[in-house]
Amino acid sequence: MFIGGLFFGFGLAFGGMSKQEIVLSFLQLKDLGLILLLGGSALVTAITINLIPRLMKKPILGGEFKKRKRTLNKRTVIGAVIFGVGWGISGLCPGSAMASLGVGNLPVLIGIAGMFVGAYIMGRFFT
Amino acid sequence: MFPLGFFPYIIGGILIGIGVSLIYILTGFHATQSSFFDTTISFFSKRAYFLQKQYLDSRGWRLTFALGVILGALIYTLTLAAEGFFTTSVEWWRLAIGGFLVGFGTRLSKGCTSGHGISGLASLSTTSAVAVLTFIVVGILTALAIQSLGVLP
Repeated sequence: MFIGGLFFGFGLAFGGMSKQEIVLSFLQLKDLGLILLLGGSALVTAITINLIPRLMKKPILGGEFKKRKRTLNKRTVIGAVIFGVGWGISGLCPGSAMASLGVGNLPVLIGIAGMFVGAYIMGRFFT
Repeated sequence: MFPLGFFPYIIGGILIGIGVSLIYILTGFHATQSSFFDTTISFFSKRAYFLQKQYLDSRGWRLTFALGVILGALIYTLTLAAEGFFTTSVEWWRLAIGGFLVGFGTRLSKGCTSGHGISGLASLSTTSAVAVLTFIVVGILTALAIQSLGVLP
């Protein structure tokens, strides 16, 4: 988990995602690189999660290969719209906010606090 | 279109994919980000929603994973980052309001740029494809609207 996290955080920072300015430059259509980063990571992950369960019975440390199950409903889409608005205002998303702390981008702590409040209000009043 | 070139984005994306793959091969878990908020709240809240089994079962490793992400970015900063540490010039109120909407929206939608974007698309999930398309289009429209109001960066 920890080692995987190191790669994840290093990759985010290497790809500039810990800088909200770069994320916003994608959303303002000035630099489309974020799509390459998202596509590259999804492609590598797609190869792993579709191939590995055919080659191995179970994960190296035990347990089982989990399937990620989501059903499309109104909440998926409304949630994605609200996330999109927040993303466009701030240039923040959950993973890149964590990576921002590692590059010393401390104002992002305000954003992470906001994310906890938003997640709490969702779980407290909308479930 | 690509003022900073392709290189950092493609290499960064591959490294993120390697991280997610490593965790999947070792543990079978999908290493995604936004569930971290719910699982961490489960340490403090008594609400049944936050105390659901999958949150209690994953809250330990999600915390470890988040710590890894922070340290991974720190290692990059101390080794390869030409400019060293970085501080955003995005105003605090945009971080606060945006962060709130990101927290609320990703948990309502049950996924973020990593959950729907990386693991969801990699699982060939149509639900995630719809979510990704939605938040990218809405994100672009919002960012362009904010920019047109003269709020920068």
